[in-house]
Amino acid sequence: MALLQISEPGMSAEPHKHRLAVGIDLGTTNSLVATVRNGVPVVLVDEEGRPLLPSIVRYRADGAVDVGYPAQSMQARDPRNTIVSVKRFMGRGLKDVAHVEMMPYDFLDAEGMVRVRTVAGVKSPVEASAEILKVLRRRAEASLGGELLGAVITVPAYFDDAQRQATKDAAKLAGLNVLRLLNEPTAAAIAYGLDNASQGVYAVYDLGGGTFDFSILKLSRGVFEVLATSGDAALGGDDFDQRVYCWILDHASIAPPDAHDARRLLLKAREAKEHLTGNDEAVVLANLGSGESVNLMLSRDGFADMTRHLVAKTLGPVRKALRDAGLKPRDVNGVVMVGGATRMPQVQKAVAEFFGQDPLTNLDPEKVVALGAAMQANVLAGNRQADEDWLLLDVIPLSLGLETMGGLTEKIIPRNSTIPIAKAQDFTTFKDGQTAMSFHVVQGEREMVRDCRSLARFELRGIPPMVAGAARIRVTFQVDADGLLAVSAREMSSGVEASVTVKPSYGLTDDEVAGMLRDGMEHAGDDMEARSLREQQVEAQRVIEATEAALKADAHLLSAAERADIESAIARMRQLAEGGSNSRAVKAGVEALNQATTEFAARRMDQSIRRALAGQKVDEIRV
Amino acid sequence: MAVDFNRNFFELFGLDPLFGIDTVELERVYRDLQSQVHPDRYAHLPESQRRLSMQWATRVNEAYRTLRQPLSRAQYLLEINGVDTRHESNTAMPPDFLMEQMEWREAAAEARAAEDMDGLERLHHRLDGQVDSLFAEVEAQIDRNRNHAAAADAVRRLMFVLRLRDEVDEALEALES
Repeated sequence: MALLQISEPGMSAEPHKHRLAVGIDLGTTNSLVATVRNGVPVVLVDEEGRPLLPSIVRYRADGAVDVGYPAQSMQARDPRNTIVSVKRFMGRGLKDVAHVEMMPYDFLDAEGMVRVRTVAGVKSPVEASAEILKVLRRRAEASLGGELLGAVITVPAYFDDAQRQATKDAAKLAGLNVLRLLNEPTAAAIAYGLDNASQGVYAVYDLGGGTFDFSILKLSRGVFEVLATSGDAALGGDDFDQRVYCWILDHASIAPPDAHDARRLLLKAREAKEHLTGNDEAVVLANLGSGESVNLMLSRDGFADMTRHLVAKTLGPVRKALRDAGLKPRDVNGVVMVGGATRMPQVQKAVAEFFGQDPLTNLDPEKVVALGAAMQANVLAGNRQADEDWLLLDVIPLSLGLETMGGLTEKIIPRNSTIPIAKAQDFTTFKDGQTAMSFHVVQGEREMVRDCRSLARFELRGIPPMVAGAARIRVTFQVDADGLLAVSAREMSSGVEASVTVKPSYGLTDDEVAGMLRDGMEHAGDDMEARSLREQQVEAQRVIEATEAALKADAHLLSAAERADIESAIARMRQLAEGGSNSRAVKAGVEALNQATTEFAARRMDQSIRRALAGQKVDEIRV
Repeated sequence: MAVDFNRNFFELFGLDPLFGIDTVELERVYRDLQSQVHPDRYAHLPESQRRLSMQWATRVNEAYRTLRQPLSRAQYLLEINGVDTRHESNTAMPPDFLMEQMEWREAAAEARAAEDMDGLERLHHRLDGQVDSLFAEVEAQIDRNRNHAAAADAVRRLMFVLRLRDEVDEALEALES
């Protein structure tokens, strides 16, 4: 009897074929791109061998854009057009951003996501982030020698829906196919856990430039199960700089600084902070544009004292996550430190005291997220090998709900639910003959809507007129594996489909993203149709390959006639994709082939499930 | 073909429809199923397959969540046996049970007002005892006696007691922090 190799879903059908995929850590202060090369995750460096890309974007009057070190070197000279820590603005309104008065930007006071007026026009944080992603994409393509199949992009676990969506939109603008948005602490856990073959309960304490995340994971038999996550989306190393900056202003007798001097002093504050990681004192020396000068000495203890409240502030989310997971500090087998800000000695000391053990710092806290993301990207791209069999079960960080009477929140999906997840709730009309109903989607833990994040408003129209209370409107929340929410609503009793229009509170509409994409291409001299044809051809190729691999593995699930139908659909698709047709025709072909294989895909899924229940090894089955 | 919604959660997990389940086995099956259907396994495949995977993974998560928690497991078992304890309203409870609940509720309020941690802890332990015996009752009625009406009665009591225990826990947490 022969042994037939049957490929598991996600395992590479043709082992020689390596699909190019990267992990990107889009950080507040620095960004990185990494990939798995010969089975080893590595950070990709720039032409000068530098792994980090400072997350700084400078817009110039001629329309050119500087990203990274060139922008960094100009930030004190051109602060208005040089955007630093743009991640803090993602999916946020102007009123949500802390220390606005200290920032040198010309903010546009408008509804929705904050925007900055630059010499090159009004820019949204999504566009600025896309500039950073473009540089990393080009770095990866040059280094790997080909077009990327896709990228895993990390986000703080505590990012809400608007912030996640903004990140995904930025990737789209940068021409990246997002394989997955991955939570930063989870990415770190992959890099850490697989490296150390750890089992048990681990905590990840991730203090980045602008965000704080804390996640608790259970690691066993290759499964990374997030038990609880919490954090503060506006707390990070930047706040420590800000404290030192304020201390400088208090102690140096100088006039209130202008934008240039402010940026200069903020840089000095950061240098002092970094110096104090390995030294007992730091000297702050600066000659200002105003002609004044600063000469101060900061001790390590003084620095620890003035930032004590910031360190204490991180312990609130730590306690909350432990409570949600039903655990005590002593139940945690290890605490992984992630993010450059965890290098500060006072942070390490506080964590060690809280958990009664020294935190784990043997992986570079600035690279570990990108490395984990690269490992996950490799798996998602289908390059998985049998010994790389792991599974991530992540959660949603904040509850999702709807506004009800009196400005109260009705929770639909509670925080720390494992994703993907869907929940439906029924509502009814309260007036006779009511034909429309509006909904307000919010995220957060508080009882009052005004204390939660507003995500979107939408209206359901076309409800057939009925007496009050007779209509049954089912609202369904679906959160996908990226942690992104999709809401749908329909009237159930009449079966009438009603139309929904969603207006995101702090996001970009699909039209705005499409417009930015178009503008960017015109600027780059790209042709929209050519690009979209190329994208459809890639998708067509992907569908053909996947279908052929499926036929090879599971033809026994089809009758001869069904098999012939699918094969002729493949042939038609191939003709369409190869002929120089337009993108719409190729897209229709992809849809037709998908249609033809829906039943087959469902049967294969069913087969996988039956095998899982039977406890069989799926990769080797006797036939 | 969409997800097969005719298969109930116990069938999906290959388990007998009983309250007393092997939770270690439940977790093992959950992980085995997710490792087959999770969207991460389909990220490089065409959109139609990604959608199918999301539907299945969502269903498996929902089933696991429901079966893992004893209260929702009991409610679900009753539901597939035609007794809805989740959406019913205006259920009459025996007066002695309600009296006892009111007394406990008052004790909780007093202990909270007096910031009496020991009092709250004692209350928590008594509630724990009641929860355990009610779940034992549910198991006996469903798994052995097949008396779903009696099981539903115990489930309704449990809903009261668990809510009170949550409130006591919240008060304890507030005092601790």
